[in-house]
Amino acid sequence: MSVPMLEFRQVDLFYGAIQALHQVSLQVQVGETVSLIGANGAGKSSLLMSIFSQPQVTSGQILYQGRDITGLQAHQVATLGIAQVPEGRRIFPDMSVEENLLMGSLVIGDTYVDEDRQRMFELFPRLRERRNQRAMTLSGGEQQMLAIARALMSRPCLLLLDEPSLGLAPLVVKQIFHTLRELAADGMTLFLVEQNASHALRLSHRGYVMVNGRISLMGTGEELLTNPQVRMAYLGGH
Amino acid sequence: MKALLMRYWPYWSGPVRDAGFAGLMALILFGPVVGVVLKGYDFELHPSRVALLVGIVILGRLLLSLALQTARGKVWLQRFELGRDQGVQVVPAHQKSLWRWVLPLIILAALILPFYANKYLLTVVILGLIYVLLGLGLNIVVGLAGLLDLGYVAFYAIGAYGLALGYEHLGLGFWTMLPLAAVLAAVAGAILGFPVLRMHGDYLAIVTLGFGEIIRLVLNNWLSFTGGPNGLSAPSPTLLGLEFGRRAKDGGTPFHEFFGLTYDPNYKFIFIYLVLLLVVLLVLYVKQRLVRMPIGRAWEALREDEIACRSMGLNHVLVKLSAFMLGASTAGLAGVFFATYQGFVNPTSFTFFESALILAIVVLGGMGSTLGVVIAAFVLTVAPELLRSFADYRVLLFGVLMVLMMIWRPRGLIRVSRRGVVPPVAQGAA
Repeated sequence: MSVPMLEFRQVDLFYGAIQALHQVSLQVQVGETVSLIGANGAGKSSLLMSIFSQPQVTSGQILYQGRDITGLQAHQVATLGIAQVPEGRRIFPDMSVEENLLMGSLVIGDTYVDEDRQRMFELFPRLRERRNQRAMTLSGGEQQMLAIARALMSRPCLLLLDEPSLGLAPLVVKQIFHTLRELAADGMTLFLVEQNASHALRLSHRGYVMVNGRISLMGTGEELLTNPQVRMAYLGGH
Repeated sequence: MKALLMRYWPYWSGPVRDAGFAGLMALILFGPVVGVVLKGYDFELHPSRVALLVGIVILGRLLLSLALQTARGKVWLQRFELGRDQGVQVVPAHQKSLWRWVLPLIILAALILPFYANKYLLTVVILGLIYVLLGLGLNIVVGLAGLLDLGYVAFYAIGAYGLALGYEHLGLGFWTMLPLAAVLAAVAGAILGFPVLRMHGDYLAIVTLGFGEIIRLVLNNWLSFTGGPNGLSAPSPTLLGLEFGRRAKDGGTPFHEFFGLTYDPNYKFIFIYLVLLLVVLLVLYVKQRLVRMPIGRAWEALREDEIACRSMGLNHVLVKLSAFMLGASTAGLAGVFFATYQGFVNPTSFTFFESALILAIVVLGGMGSTLGVVIAAFVLTVAPELLRSFADYRVLLFGVLMVLMMIWRPRGLIRVSRRGVVPPVAQGAA
């Protein structure tokens, strides 16, 4: 098997005395869409943020394209081709939509700016309309689109998404996942952390289920969707 | 009469209540301040003066409340509420600014001014320009990068003392120290910057406050080096080695003799003014460019969301340090001009009040707004000069101004406007 895009090897993470991650191991292959589902407080976001050393893992290794990136500073990780769409979007509220996009391309310089900007506007036509508006004035869904577009502006090899459906209307969630599907079809590697299990698993090639800081289940998206345990716990039991 | 009053009571009740409350507040505020006057070890009561003031407040508040109930008043009030905190505007990319015409005129006027102004006006304007420099520098730190710095005056002091000490101990003149002081202040900014990198908001404010006090106390107490409270003299600038005094030191030719002019003490100030003006214009230009460059955007991103900023691949250490260092070096420049303009420096010029004043300039002008800072700097330095007779109430007026600003224009005099970006031409369409 080829070198995975992202790999966690027996990662432990402590917040003071509290252990948030227990011996977590997972892999994301090149070109694959993988989702990590789990309840509130299971440690999903901690796992994602630990890639950026915020917080730093206590033991274990994180590898990116075979390279050990454990303990690397957040901004250094970002320059390696990993982009993230943070939880709660975290766009720059006082900057215009356009400037938010430019912030995303800071890592790779100006070479592809015009081309990429154009691509983003095709991917999210709403952003083109609101190009010169302040990001703060966008709706939640538009802000999420902007956060995704901003992350894509750095031409990442691996896109991390933390709860992209958080606080959005069902219709907008559908739209966002549709876009993610398009991205995945174009060959982008996606690693998704979600509470919205049905949407996430339907999109993903593979999925991991996290309970109390441990990976309790793993399998293909379809397997997990039909798994009775998962159905009971995360899909409303239908 | 009574029936009339009762019939319209719904219209009166609000204003009367407002007026009563305003009167009570006025009584509490003015009662002890105006009503009790010390006389030797005794004091006198002046109830009539208090009554007059409270009466004015009550009547004014009543009339204001009533006026706001009329149709026109309501419209006015609405416009007021709407104008509140609209945040940043985005200007269309192609809009041609009026500034293209106004700016050259202002620069021309500023260049002509010293030859027609008297010495007093000139010194006031020089002071105003020094505060413009300080405001612009702090604006980078506070307005753009969002790092609340309460000890900014320390860098100003480093610039001023840099000139005085450099002259005293090393024999360096104005022109050598001008760039050197900027470098010195920038180094000090870096020294302060490193330990506070992990701090935000209140904690940062406290540490910078402490730093400002440390610098002042060192200047005040290190008698053998800085002269302590007695201060030091600072050299005047020279033009290509020509001095502006009546007689040149060390047998040189003074400026007026070299050009065959009659001696005029104003020459020195005119020269300081012109050099200062050039430096201010240069700093304005550099700042204007920086804001449009990635570093400017990085500062603003840091202010808005540090975590997002880091996940964009920005090294927050460099971003913060660059803001601190650039801000500090601007203050260093201002310090050199202050020292040479005064001809003398001592620690009383660099108290916390100065820091607060500079911060007030930034807040009053509008965080991040260049034009706003320039205007605010002149308002806050020139206005006290014009209001000399109110000198005792200066700080009070200051406070009132700040409170009013925070209520009505929380984003400062001039709202920051962002320039829209020209949409890129689609590859296929071209």
